[in-house]
Amino acid sequence: MAIFTPRANLFMNAALIGAVLLGACLLLAIRVVPVIGYNTQERFAPEQPIPFSHKHHVSGLGLDCRYCHTKVETSSSAGMPSTAICMTCHSQVWRNAAMLAPDRQSLAENIPLRWNRVYTLPDYVFFDHSIHIAKGVGCTECHGPIGDMDLTWKARTLYMSWCLSCHRDPAPHLRPRDQVTTPDWRRTPSTPSGEALMADYHVHTENLSDCGVCHR
Amino acid sequence: MSITLPSGLSPDAPVIAPHVTLTSVSEEVSSRVLIDRAPLWWWVGFGISFALLIVLVVQMAWLFINGIGVWGVDIPVAWGFAIAEYVWWIALASGGTIVSALFFLTRSPWRSATNRIAESMLLSAAPCAGLMPIMHLGRPGLFYWLFPYSNVMGVWPQPRSPLWWDFICLICYIIMSVFYYYTGILPDLATVRDLAQTKRKRILYGILALGWRGSAAEWQNQRVVYAIMSAIMAPMVVSVHSVVGLDFAAGLTPGWHDTQFSPYFYFGAIVSGTAVIVMLTILVRWGYNLQDVLTEYHFNAMAKLILVGSLMLMYAYVWESFGPMYGSGVAEKTEYYQRIFGFTSPAFWAEKVLTVVIPQLLWFPFVRRNQLLLLLICSGIIVGMWQERYVFVISSLAHNYMPSSWGVFYPTFWDWAALAGTIGLFLTLFFLFLRFAPIVSIAEVREIIEQEKSK
Repeated sequence: MAIFTPRANLFMNAALIGAVLLGACLLLAIRVVPVIGYNTQERFAPEQPIPFSHKHHVSGLGLDCRYCHTKVETSSSAGMPSTAICMTCHSQVWRNAAMLAPDRQSLAENIPLRWNRVYTLPDYVFFDHSIHIAKGVGCTECHGPIGDMDLTWKARTLYMSWCLSCHRDPAPHLRPRDQVTTPDWRRTPSTPSGEALMADYHVHTENLSDCGVCHR
Repeated sequence: MSITLPSGLSPDAPVIAPHVTLTSVSEEVSSRVLIDRAPLWWWVGFGISFALLIVLVVQMAWLFINGIGVWGVDIPVAWGFAIAEYVWWIALASGGTIVSALFFLTRSPWRSATNRIAESMLLSAAPCAGLMPIMHLGRPGLFYWLFPYSNVMGVWPQPRSPLWWDFICLICYIIMSVFYYYTGILPDLATVRDLAQTKRKRILYGILALGWRGSAAEWQNQRVVYAIMSAIMAPMVVSVHSVVGLDFAAGLTPGWHDTQFSPYFYFGAIVSGTAVIVMLTILVRWGYNLQDVLTEYHFNAMAKLILVGSLMLMYAYVWESFGPMYGSGVAEKTEYYQRIFGFTSPAFWAEKVLTVVIPQLLWFPFVRRNQLLLLLICSGIIVGMWQERYVFVISSLAHNYMPSSWGVFYPTFWDWAALAGTIGLFLTLFFLFLRFAPIVSIAEVREIIEQEKSK
């Protein structure tokens, strides 16, 4: 008796087509899996000790970013506000709000608040806030519509391809230096062009995407 | 002018023993695969190989846990055994393709019985070659970055990096070699399927034979595809091995920065690859009792190939010394002086003796047919070729332009474990080929038998 009937061809063809489909699915998965929201954590707002609202403080009250993030112009880290900065206002307003209890406790015990990080970069990436501010990269370029966020959520993937998209072509992302911290800034006809700003700030793209710029 | 080497064989000496028939060769070769219990020597050989393979696994685990500091590599000698052995293994593999593809194009009759051994050898050696650069990576887990896949980093592999040349070459070479092997073995798998007694073997070899029925149209297609693949593989192996040479030639290091290294490496591949095929042919011949199919004719032919290869290699060695002497580079001269008289000198001189001096014995016809002498000469060549790669890699790095940064290289236990382990991987794979696939091309030997008859 023959072991292989004509139907064996069917299985072979099915296996071949299956293998090709599997390969196609794999290629698709390599492309898609890294960019799904679950993996990028885009639009994800971690739990915070105090549900701080940028929308209220920035868009509502009009506080400048630098009022709380004091080191952003001079240091690699933007700096988280000390409890004392919170207390400049909250020693006067909302003094007894339950929401602010951790803040008062922090002041009393002299232990800084532990905020949960929203933007995490790997240790081998050396990001510097001050240079970006100095070259006219607005806060919202990376932090998204921060002025409209009730809870702070991650606005970008922070993938290297995203970093490089700007390092290779910075012009569309630059603005006049005095507008860097404006949360709702829009380019107007009178705004200098991105190319003009690049020339003005001495932004040279020829070595901006070298490995050593971010990985030392 | 042509030189004829007297072979001691009569001009019409049979390639295959005259009493071998079409049926007997099919049955003989297939029975080695279809046998229920592998012979004792196979189990002993496989057991030793597998034990060495475990050494490789342990070595890799230790290496990946602790990093490449467990090896003797350091600054200035940052390329150690791994790179030398990468070149060594890829040369052995390339030799298999040269014997199989190049001599298919020349229609050499001796190639028909040995090509499967050569291809099995190359498919066993290529993974060892591929493993070496991966083990050598600082972060081996990220080796897949070498694939030009759609990634979230926004960068492609660096095409100016020799690492990437190696990767592209090796991956193309391995894929092509697998297809080449499979195209060649397809009719043989059908023969094995037809002679199989048990249902399991019929199904296994039936699936592998892809429904081959031996119709004229199928043979026609198979021969055409095989010829085309041979015509691709023969030049491809030159370019693959040339790229390995370019890895070094492109480096601005004394002793490496020389245009001759592509052919230099290729000559080494001819010698060492054929040497390992001769050794394996002797193993197959005695182990599987195939004295009628693998005859003195084959050894004579392959020994001549080794002889030619070693002469070409001698030419390359002359240029290796001529370059530094003729050129004006002080560093080149100093490096070469250190290479031949420094701490690598024992390996340097031994390598010259083993790879080009001793093989000159092959001028004598009786040496070319004496399997014991061939075995000794060939193992000498393989060891010598390993030393050549070792000296070549180590010495240049140890004596770079800055005498203040000179250094030496001492292999550690784990360096040797990597060598022993990859030999284990190679032999394990080869023993599996030996057990589960016809080790002699039945179809092509049958063709030879027909030709012999019509002589």
